[in-house]
Amino acid sequence: MNQNTSQQTPIVELRDIHKSFGRVHVLRGVDMEVGRGEIVALVGDNGAGKSTLIKVITGVHKPSGGSLLINGEAVDLQSVQDARRRGIETVYQERALADQQALWRNIFAGRELTNWLGFMNIREQKREADRLLRTRMGFTSRAITVDSEVQGLSGGEKQGIAIARALHFEAELIILDEPTMGLSLKETDKVLDFARGIRDAGKSVILIDHNILHVHAVADRFVVLDRGRVAGSFRKEQLSRDQLIEMMVELHHTGQLHVA
Amino acid sequence: MAVSVSQHAPASPAPERGEKVMRFVRQNRIEVAITVIFAILYAIFLIGAPEVYTQFGIYRSFMSTMPYIGVMALAATFVVTLGEVDLSFPSVMGVSAWVFGASFVATGSYPLAVVLALAVGAACGLLNGLLIARVGVPSIVATIGTMFFWRGFVNVLAEGRGMALVDLRGSAWHSVLVGRLPGGIPMQFVWFILLALLFMAIYRRHVFGSHVLFVGDNEESAHMMGIKVMRVKVICFTLLGLMSGLAAIFLVSEVTYFWPTTGDGFLLPALAAVFIGGTPVFGGRGSMYGTVIGVLIIGSLEAGVVAMGIEGFYTQLIYGLLITIAVTVYAVIMRRK
Repeated sequence: MNQNTSQQTPIVELRDIHKSFGRVHVLRGVDMEVGRGEIVALVGDNGAGKSTLIKVITGVHKPSGGSLLINGEAVDLQSVQDARRRGIETVYQERALADQQALWRNIFAGRELTNWLGFMNIREQKREADRLLRTRMGFTSRAITVDSEVQGLSGGEKQGIAIARALHFEAELIILDEPTMGLSLKETDKVLDFARGIRDAGKSVILIDHNILHVHAVADRFVVLDRGRVAGSFRKEQLSRDQLIEMMVELHHTGQLHVA
Repeated sequence: MAVSVSQHAPASPAPERGEKVMRFVRQNRIEVAITVIFAILYAIFLIGAPEVYTQFGIYRSFMSTMPYIGVMALAATFVVTLGEVDLSFPSVMGVSAWVFGASFVATGSYPLAVVLALAVGAACGLLNGLLIARVGVPSIVATIGTMFFWRGFVNVLAEGRGMALVDLRGSAWHSVLVGRLPGGIPMQFVWFILLALLFMAIYRRHVFGSHVLFVGDNEESAHMMGIKVMRVKVICFTLLGLMSGLAAIFLVSEVTYFWPTTGDGFLLPALAAVFIGGTPVFGGRGSMYGTVIGVLIIGSLEAGVVAMGIEGFYTQLIYGLLITIAVTVYAVIMRRK
């Protein structure tokens, strides 16, 4: 991390980001930033450009125009790995883990601790993985150990492992794309707790979730996207849950953003 | 993120001894199962033909013939763990065998022939890997193609004729590769065991083995975690080509003769050793130890059946029976809870 990176520099800053696919103009000048220790929720209708925006931030798509700053430095992301090296990590529900492998292998996948011959330090990896499970995840039962296979875990637990893994490898910004989809109520609470845990660790989150109730429960700030532009940005204190819902419904019907 | 209870539990609760054993068995159920199957099979052999199986001679004979399918089965375990298959390695073995023999005849140099045979084997494997990982041809289709191509290629090169290579025996390399240790233990078996230990270590403890398991399990997640999926696949197929070259060197050195059909008939025993050993075709899991035991089973089955006084043509039936029993046992013990 850069020495002169102050606490005030946003982790990610987007300036006038455009993205077109052929003649389809999906992002039309997006300006937004994500600060440290902040949970920012991206809200907006389907087709508002949420997932395209995420893909620009994580290096999947290159923007057609505008600039992307990470820790105050303009970057030109080449790949997902490139974004990850700069501390930006996405946690997808389905694609995060390999089902038949033990947890310790999953946690260190692609980033194994090895000696010069490439043999893994299994003991150390298991110890680290165990520490991760117990301190970050709160798994204290004997039923889940570092040797457990992923396929025995619930959806929420899998998300937790993927998040813990990202945090362990010093991700600064974790993007949660629909993390509660298909989860039970109890599991959902657990995942939302994980999101709060990321913030408590001083890291940041961009959250996309169709459920406005979940969004309002955990986010510090809401950025409303509408047809490729930022229609508004609100702090949680500015907007009650009902006001947020009302606003989204109205945006959907009239295409206008009114704040009560 | 920690829930309040977790603060008091910094380390795993220490499991008790009995629980440790249970956990070991659970985590290594494939390995335990194959070992039991192996023990039962040998018990049957010992009871059925004690006069043969209490003599060392039969083991000497196993040890000389097992390594040919053995070294290929080791590398094939990586390919199967990827969820892929290779049908061409016996033909690659044929090509390597021809290169080995022809270059020895041409130059008289044993080490040069060894190097060339290995290089050609690896190159054939590399071609398979590129066709599959880079071009995207399904492995079963790609390797059916290369299987016929390389076998045809050997026939063309050798014009259907064999090659006598008796002069191989004069070289010190011959003793190192396929000579006999005191007690008549064949050197190729020593090499096979050393390679088996190396492959077992790589499979479970090396970063490469871990990456093969990941790619076989969930290619997309492996890619997302920064594992170079394509490279892992190419290396696996290249390794199998290299081991086919080694098998060719062992076999041709042992018999000091090259036939254009060298390698024919090794496909199914080698793959059977992998499957009996508990590596399923679905990819993402498997056991290198299981493959080694599988090689020992497959390599001693035919002689064992004959020694028990059952006629030779029963071997296939018993192969089939054993493979079916083994894979059924695995399917039952690995069934998802």
